Amino acid sequence: MNRRESIKAIGIGTVSAGLLLDACKPKTPEDVKAKEVEAASADRLPVEAERDKKLNSETFFTAHEMATITILADIIIPKDERSGSASDAGVPAFIEFMAKDKPDNQTPLRGGLRWLDLQCLKLYNLPFADCNREQQLAMVEEIAYPAKAKPGMKQGVAFFDRMRNLTATGFFTSKIGIDDLGYVGNRPNKWEGVPAEIIQQYGLQDVKFGSGKS
Amino acid sequence: MGDIQIKESSKVYDAVIVGSGAGGGMAGYVLAKAGVKVLMLEAGPYFDPAKHSSQLKWAYESPRRGASTKERANGDFDAAFGGWDIDGEPYSRKDNTSFDWFRSRMTGGRTNHWGRISLRFGPKDFQPDDGVSERWPVTYDEVKPFYDKVDRLIGVYGTAEGLENEPDGIFLTPPKPRLPELFIMKGAAAAGVKVLPGRGSVLTEKLPGNNDRGACFYCGQCGRACKVYADFSASSCLVIPALKTGNMELISNAMVREVLTDNKGLATGVSYVDRETLQEYRVHAKTVILGASSCETARIMLNSKSAAHPNGLANSSNVVGKYLQDSTGSSQSGMLPQLMDRKRFNEDASGSINIYAPWLTDNKKLDFPRGYHIEFGGGMGMPSYGFGGNTATLNGVLPGKDGKMKEAGGFGASLKDDYRRFYGTTFGMAGRGVGMARIDNYCEIDPNLVDKYGIPALRFHYKWTSDEINQAKHMQETFSSIIHSMGAIPTSQAHGPDDMWGLAAPGRIIHEVGTTRMGNEKQKSVLNKWCQAHDCKNLFVVDGAPTVQQSDKNATWTILALSMRTAEYILEQRSKQNI
Repeated sequence: MNRRESIKAIGIGTVSAGLLLDACKPKTPEDVKAKEVEAASADRLPVEAERDKKLNSETFFTAHEMATITILADIIIPKDERSGSASDAGVPAFIEFMAKDKPDNQTPLRGGLRWLDLQCLKLYNLPFADCNREQQLAMVEEIAYPAKAKPGMKQGVAFFDRMRNLTATGFFTSKIGIDDLGYVGNRPNKWEGVPAEIIQQYGLQDVKFGSGKS
Repeated sequence: MGDIQIKESSKVYDAVIVGSGAGGGMAGYVLAKAGVKVLMLEAGPYFDPAKHSSQLKWAYESPRRGASTKERANGDFDAAFGGWDIDGEPYSRKDNTSFDWFRSRMTGGRTNHWGRISLRFGPKDFQPDDGVSERWPVTYDEVKPFYDKVDRLIGVYGTAEGLENEPDGIFLTPPKPRLPELFIMKGAAAAGVKVLPGRGSVLTEKLPGNNDRGACFYCGQCGRACKVYADFSASSCLVIPALKTGNMELISNAMVREVLTDNKGLATGVSYVDRETLQEYRVHAKTVILGASSCETARIMLNSKSAAHPNGLANSSNVVGKYLQDSTGSSQSGMLPQLMDRKRFNEDASGSINIYAPWLTDNKKLDFPRGYHIEFGGGMGMPSYGFGGNTATLNGVLPGKDGKMKEAGGFGASLKDDYRRFYGTTFGMAGRGVGMARIDNYCEIDPNLVDKYGIPALRFHYKWTSDEINQAKHMQETFSSIIHSMGAIPTSQAHGPDDMWGLAAPGRIIHEVGTTRMGNEKQKSVLNKWCQAHDCKNLFVVDGAPTVQQSDKNATWTILALSMRTAEYILEQRSKQNI
């Protein structure tokens, strides 16, 4: 098969990736549905499919914890002129899933959320989620900069690091985040190297790529 | 209890092959194509990339965004099932040494997760002249015709460079480097390190004479397995074509216990347990071929004790399990400030390697006997689990868009923009070097441990020495000088004598070889130069186990070439009625 035929062939197995070509278009909406379900699960072992189903049916965080996670995630990645916020991208649900999927996250996240609430109760007599915006941001300022955080804030810094990393992954791996980032791969193409104008931009036109003989 | 029965097959196959990876797959392919009736046993489930690959799925189609799981140590989208820890399949270590044993139980075995980096061993890898490394009973010239045939059968890209110990193959056009890789090439040249176009088994163009495999469409996801078979996996390129001949049968989930022998000590077949039903089986064949992966092959042989083979099958030399070798590995990563706010384009490129640095230095001037090559990578890949992990550190090291420095960490619109600015600026370099073959690095049967099928389990004893540690130090110094010449910033933790210069624990590079070494003297080796057991003429080994002394080059291309050579030898011996 040449590349053109490859790209045609790949369409059969990846209906959900939107690559379907006319030649292999199923006849009815039911066919499409059936093929999508098949294509979406064919790459999972039974044990994997069962585990994901089980994890999705369980709940780890309380409603209060989820509310706090949502506020924090949106403070870390807010809506701006280019894209939506962390919660628009489904980050809180992703963090809930990762707490169940990687149980090592559970104590640092649950304990960190409680630590945060206790700090706010001491300072403002309110849990973090019930503080006003100004109070919330003042609290986050204390734990968002590892090098300048006060000694008593280090546990908060560790918690916030974990939240920031989970939020960044959750956001930039979502559809909203991928579009924001401008990642344009994951589709059949012909790679011919870095575009010439970009090679010029960085002055790399003289870099020699092997003998040139295949 | 009391109802355990062993099902005995009445059919006698010409050959039974244990394992469906590079070695087993190639032997099955050659024999089935020649009309030999073959039974292949694979300990894991069936996997056909065309049906079971996650290729072209988006990160958000995984609830964990591609993070690893127990079943997929290399990530949720990776083709390979397996890992270092498998429920119910324990192993142990001796004398506080370390060895981590990766098992890849599925059609195609380890070829599902490898980087498709396809390098030939050179003349000096087979016949080293460093005064320390042992020589193979074969030379490069003897293996070369088989490397050539493997290149034509499977396909490999690269460029002809005419370097003595980095032999050229029959190459397809290599993919061009990504932008960070161009910076690496420039920086490495300035640091005095020669960087070559990669050599990878991906069809960058149609493979002449093959209509079953597609050409690469550059999604960069070979690790997920290619639905159009444009990359090399033993499943798509060897096992499935062998099954199509009608001469080979494949049984999945068949975990082999031992090789059966007769009173003369010849192999008569194997016994295995079905991992799903726990039914026990015995199957018979005129020839037994082990390609179960180096340590599993040694385990099967050591567990196959009989009156004729009291020390384990074909182990009169007591060498089975000895001379275990994994490659050394040490790495660094960095970022290029020059590339911040870089223009976006599709940079997925090939899923194998685009550039690498072969070992061209004379070890006589160094304090370690054998060298390493460097694998490089970088570019604007699909964001997945762990994305932007170092952004909140780097944003305190480099000025913002306004030219001003700020405190590392942060949140909000400015942090959100940092993730965009740093995207695609990072790169990695990984050294892969020779681990020396030593008799005291080995696996053996643990007298106190069985797996959940009752099969006695392995115990490992493995230590690095100054030969490997000094080599890792040299790697780190080379990486640092390349990063410096690139005008880049190192982003990985610094390594030093305390952590053996970042040297990965034995087993972590998953290049283990050498447990049933070849040799001309039967007192000192397990196999002859055809990978035929000295003590059992109808037993052959076709995985990495026959290796005498590994090279820095990944073993796969050599496993393929030697397995093809052994399979052709079997055909010849069959026609002479010797086996």
